[in-house]
Amino acid sequence: MLSINKAPERDHLVITLNGEVDASNSVELDEVIQEAIAENASKILVDGNRLEYISSAGLGVFMSYLEDFNEKQVTFVIFGLNEKILNVFHILGLDQLISIKSTKEEAERALYEA
Amino acid sequence: MKHELKLYCEKSRLAELRNFLSGILSASGLNDITQNQLILAVEEVCANLIIHSHDCNPLNHIELEVLVGKDTIVFEIRDSGKAFNIIEYKSPEIDAVVREKRKGGLGLLLVRKIMDKIEFETDPSFNTCRLIKKLKSK
Repeated sequence: MLSINKAPERDHLVITLNGEVDASNSVELDEVIQEAIAENASKILVDGNRLEYISSAGLGVFMSYLEDFNEKQVTFVIFGLNEKILNVFHILGLDQLISIKSTKEEAERALYEA
Repeated sequence: MKHELKLYCEKSRLAELRNFLSGILSASGLNDITQNQLILAVEEVCANLIIHSHDCNPLNHIELEVLVGKDTIVFEIRDSGKAFNIIEYKSPEIDAVVREKRKGGLGLLLVRKIMDKIEFETDPSFNTCRLIKKLKSK
């Protein structure tokens, strides 16, 4: 089960992931990020506090937008990942490519003080 | 101990697969991070078969057998779809995935990094993929 919430906060967008992302629902995550880009969001935070699982299908969604974020100068930060999920990002070295912070405060600082 | 699951080829069944594996692994004494890695690796292989070898046909199925031994855990995945030789498959480089905005290709890379040994056999009736994880001696 996955539920995704997208809400504006100050000058940024927060995408909250709740549940498990796998090949059956990664398209939902894809749509939300696509929407955010279409809305010209320049600062995007992903709240992963309630993300319980992610497979390569979900990781692939993030990866496929990294070039777009670069081109459009979008700051994209993920925070709140539990240690199991952090480990999966780490296995592939994705933590070197995506900005990952532990708390919301740190993530916001990365957005506004960059 | 041997555990078996018959998994129908629908992506919505992946959650059922995770529950099955989680039930076995939670009794294994492995830490949470390793349990999650093993669930992920087995799911990646199964998702690959469901999507690419069986075109998500819910009438087809995959058989999974988990053998928990003293020194190893073996996940044996059998199917009779188009043979996919996981050993010959070449995973893409991460930067190529980013550059080409690809959404796929990372799964089998994860499997290789997580498992200690991967075996593949095919005969006219079955393809068998064996994922082997060594258990560290305590």
